[in-house]
Amino acid sequence: MNLDSKIPSGPLASKWERHKFDLKLVAPANKRKFEVLVVGSGLAGASAAATLAELGYKVKCFCYQDSPRRAHSIAAQGGINAAKNYQNDGDSVHRLFYDTIKGGDFRAREANVHRLAEVSRQIIDQCVAQGVPFAREYSGYLANRSFGGAQVSRTFYARGQTGQQLLLGAYQALSRQIGLGNVQMFPRTEMQDLVLVDGHAKGVVVRNLVNGEISSHSGDAVILATGGYCPVFYLSTNAVGCNVTATYRAHKRGAAFANPCYTQIHPTCIPVSGDHQSKLTLMSESLRNDGRVWVPKKQGDNRKSWEIPENERDYFLERKYPSFGNLAPRDIASRAAKEACDDGRGVGPGGLGVFLDFADSIKRLGEPAVRERYGNLFDMYERITGENAYKQPMRIFPAPHYTMGGLWVDYNLMSNIPGLFVLGEANFSDHGANRLGASALMQGLADGYFVIPYTIGHYFASHKQERPSTSHDAFKSVENEVNQKIQKLLSVKGGRTIRSMHWELGRLVWEKCGMARDKAGLEEAIKRIPQLREEFWQNISVPGGANEMNVALEQASRVADFMEFAELLCRDAHHREESCGGHFRTEYQTEDGEALRNDQDFSYVAAWEHQGVDKAPNLHRESLQYEEVKMTQRSYK
Amino acid sequence: MKLTLKIWRQKNGNDAGGFVTYQANDVNKDMSFLEMLDVVNEGLIAEGKDPVAFDSDCREGICGTCSLVINGVPHGGQKATTACQLHMRHFQDGQTITIEPWRARPFPVVRDLVVDRDAFDKIIQSGGFVSASTGGTPDANAIPISKDASDAAMDAAQCIGCGACVAACKNASAMLFVSAKVSHLGLLPQGKVEKDRRVLAMVKTMDEAGFGNCTVTGACEAVCPKEISLDFISRLNRDYATAVFKSAWGAK
Ligand SMILES: Cc1cc2nc3c(=O)[nH]c(=O)nc-3n(C[C@H](O)[C@H](O)[C@H](O)COP(=O)(O)OP(=O)(O)OC[C@H]3O[C@@H](n4cnc5c(N)ncnc54)[C@H](O)[C@@H]3O)c2cc1C
Ligand code: FES
Repeated sequence: MNLDSKIPSGPLASKWERHKFDLKLVAPANKRKFEVLVVGSGLAGASAAATLAELGYKVKCFCYQDSPRRAHSIAAQGGINAAKNYQNDGDSVHRLFYDTIKGGDFRAREANVHRLAEVSRQIIDQCVAQGVPFAREYSGYLANRSFGGAQVSRTFYARGQTGQQLLLGAYQALSRQIGLGNVQMFPRTEMQDLVLVDGHAKGVVVRNLVNGEISSHSGDAVILATGGYCPVFYLSTNAVGCNVTATYRAHKRGAAFANPCYTQIHPTCIPVSGDHQSKLTLMSESLRNDGRVWVPKKQGDNRKSWEIPENERDYFLERKYPSFGNLAPRDIASRAAKEACDDGRGVGPGGLGVFLDFADSIKRLGEPAVRERYGNLFDMYERITGENAYKQPMRIFPAPHYTMGGLWVDYNLMSNIPGLFVLGEANFSDHGANRLGASALMQGLADGYFVIPYTIGHYFASHKQERPSTSHDAFKSVENEVNQKIQKLLSVKGGRTIRSMHWELGRLVWEKCGMARDKAGLEEAIKRIPQLREEFWQNISVPGGANEMNVALEQASRVADFMEFAELLCRDAHHREESCGGHFRTEYQTEDGEALRNDQDFSYVAAWEHQGVDKAPNLHRESLQYEEVKMTQRSYK
Repeated sequence: MKLTLKIWRQKNGNDAGGFVTYQANDVNKDMSFLEMLDVVNEGLIAEGKDPVAFDSDCREGICGTCSLVINGVPHGGQKATTACQLHMRHFQDGQTITIEPWRARPFPVVRDLVVDRDAFDKIIQSGGFVSASTGGTPDANAIPISKDASDAAMDAAQCIGCGACVAACKNASAMLFVSAKVSHLGLLPQGKVEKDRRVLAMVKTMDEAGFGNCTVTGACEAVCPKEISLDFISRLNRDYATAVFKSAWGAK
C-alpha cells in the first residue's frame, strides 16, 4: 500500500498557494464532461456538491435523510473558528494553526492544518455572503466568543445554532444548483458499497430507502462526506442514523482507515438517565465561557448543590489548569470529570455527573444576559431533565461526540484508492488525536468550498479514464454482494433485536475503549467483539422485506458494519502504546495523570489495510514530520 | 406508567391505512416520546411483527425530521418542542394517545408515520437562496448589519423545515415556512438584491405544489417548535405585493 501524503515542498506558509498553482486545471468547457458522485450532504458534502456544480461539473449527491438539509451538521451548536483577528486580541493564521496542532496533541499533519487555518478566513466571508445570520455587535460588526484550547476569541456563532445556519447556507447553495439542473439529488438513498474499476473509484451501489431498490451510479470520481462513526459507542451526541457504513465498506474495498482510536469524548453532555435512552444530548462547549465546573470536595456528599458552601467545592478545572480554567481542551476536561467521579465525588444518579454552574455569571451579568447567550441550551436542558439551570447548576457528564479518525487521505484529500476523495469528519486529516471546539465546522467547509474544487480537477486532468457504464461487470458483482448481504440479514430470523445487539456492542466499546483504555481491557474487547458478531449473524431478528421501507433493515445493515469496525477501533487503540489527546492509555500517564506521549515510537499516522473479516488488518505508518512547530508536552496549566 | 396507543399504520402510499391499538406497559417518565416508540417497536420486533415506521434523526429538536401528530396536535402541543424532545413526564398513567402522520395533500404518506416533504425542498430550490457562488466574496465585516436586522433574520432563519405548520393548518398552507425563508434572506443586505425574484419564485412553486391559502388562523405559529412568528407572513405578503407590483409595471 502506497501512502504518499503528497505534501508540497517549500515553506509551510506558502505550500497551499504554490500547490494551487502547480495543480493541473480542467478547462471550463470540459468540466461538464466529468460526473462527480458526492455521498453526504452535511457541511462537507453540500459545500462540495454546490461548489463543484458551480464550477461546471455534473454532480449527483446522496443522503440517507429525507432532505439534504437534515444532515447531522445541523446539530452543531457552539460555533466555527476563523483566524480573522477581528477582536485584535493577537489571533493570526499562525496562532490558529499552532493551537490546532497543539490541541491535536501533535498527531496531525502540519501542512493540512496550516491550510485549514489559511482558508478559515474565506469561509466566514463566504457564509456571510450567503446570508448566514452570525451574531453581531451593536456596531453591526461580527461578534466572537471563546472556545476551549484557545486564549483568543475567534469563534463565530449564530445563537446556539451555528451548525444549522451554516448547513442551511450550504444547503441553499446546493438547492440553487439542484434547481438549475446541475446537481441531481438523491435523498433517502443509502450508499451500500463502492465500485472500483481498474483500481479507480468509479461508482457506488445504493439502496433506495423508500422502496428498497438497489441501483448503481457511475462517475469519474467519488467523494465520501458521510460524517463520523460515534454510534459505534451506541450512545453518543450524534444523530441516531450516523453510521460508518460508507467509509467502512470503502475500507473493505481497499481504502486505508487512519487512526480509528482517536475518538472525542465531550465533557459537557446531559448524563444518561436510563437504558431506554437512544442518544445523549450535548450542552455546547460555549457554556464553559460562563459556567464553572465543580464537584463537592467530600466523597459521597449528597447535599443539594446550594447547600454546599463555597469552601467545600472543588472547581477542579480552575484548580488544575489555572491558565485555561474551565476552557481546558475537551479531552483534558472529560478526563478530569471522570477522575472526580471515579474518586466518588460525582453528583446526581449513580454519581456520574459534575456540576456546571452559572450562579456567578448570573450574578455578574444578570439573568437576561445569560438568557440571551444560552437561552436555547437552558431550555433544551430543562426539556430533557425537567430542571431549571437558572436556579440550580446543570449536571453534565462526558459522552462520545466526534471521531478524529477516518479514511486516510493525502494532501489533496484523496484516499489511497485513486478517484476516491474523503471530506469532513469522514477523513482523518486535520485534528490529530483531539479536535478543538468549533474546528469541525471549519474543516468541513474548508474541505468542501475551498480544497476539493482545486484538487479534484488535478485528478481529472492527470488520469484521463473513461467513465464506465453501470452495466460493467464490476457494478453487477457489487450489486450482487449487496443483495446477498441484505438477504442474509433478513433470513437470520433469530431472537434478538438490532437495538439490543447495538446496545451491547456500544457498552463494550465504551467500557473498554472509551475515556480510558488499557491493554487487558482492549484484549478482552478484541476477543469479545467477534463473538458478538457471530451472535449477530446467528440470532438477529429483522422483520419485513427487502423491497419496502424497512427501518429495521436499515439499522441492521449499519450495525453489521459497526460489529466489524469496532474491532478495528480496539485494535488501533491496543497497538498505540502511548497516550495522546482523546486516546488515553492508563499505562501511559505522567505523575499528575496527564497523557504521556511517546514521540520516539508513535509519531505516525496508523493507516490500516483490511485483510478480511476475522483477520488482523495490516498496519501502515505515515510518519509525521514537524518542520514548523516543536513537539512538546501539552500544557494548559 | 401504562399507556394505550392508537397508531396510524399504512403499508405504503397506495394502502388505505388505519389505526391499530397497542399497549405500552413499561413507560418511564424520563423517556422521550420517540424512545417510548422505540420500546414499542422492540416489542413488535420480538413478536416478529413489522415495527412502526417513523422518521427521526438528531433527536434534539434541530434537524426537523421527526413529524408526528400526537393527540391531534403536530409535535404534541408542548410549547416550542418537537416530538423528539417531548418527554413522557407530560403524560399520565393510563392515558390513551393517538399518533398520526402529518396530514396534508402535498405531504403524501410513505409508510405509517413517515411522509414525503420533497415539496419543501422544491420551494427552496426555486429561490430560497442568495446566488453567491463560492469565492470572490468581500470581507465578512465589509458590510455592517444592524444587530436588530441580524437578530430578526436569525429569528426567521431558525425554521427547521419540519412541516408542522402545514400539518396544523386546515388549508395545508406553507406560508409560515415560505415566509421564514423570504424574511431571513430579505432582512439582510446580502439577500435584498434578489428579494423580488425570490418571493415570486417561491410563492409560485408553493402554489404549484398544492399548498393551500393562508387564512391567518394562527394554527401554524401555535405548533411551530421554533416559535416562528406570524409577523413574517405579513412581511411575506408585503414583499409579494411589492414584487408583483414592480413586475407588473416593468420596474427593475
Ligand atoms: C451535537 C453536536 C454539536 C456539535 N457542535 C459543533 C460546533 O459547535 N462546532 C464545530 O466545529 N463542530 C461541532 N460538531 C461537530 C460537527 O458538527 C461535525 O463534525 C460536522 O458537522 C460533520 O460534518 P460532515 O459534513 O462531515 O458530516 P455530517 O453532517 O454528519 O453529514 C453526513 C452526511 O452523510 C450522509 N450519509 C452518511 N452515511 C451515508 C450513507 N451510507 N449513504 C448515503 N449518505 C450517507 C448523511 O445523510 C449526511 O448527509 C458538533 C457535533 C455534534 C454531534
Ligand atoms: S429528530 Fe431531529 S428534530 Fe426531531
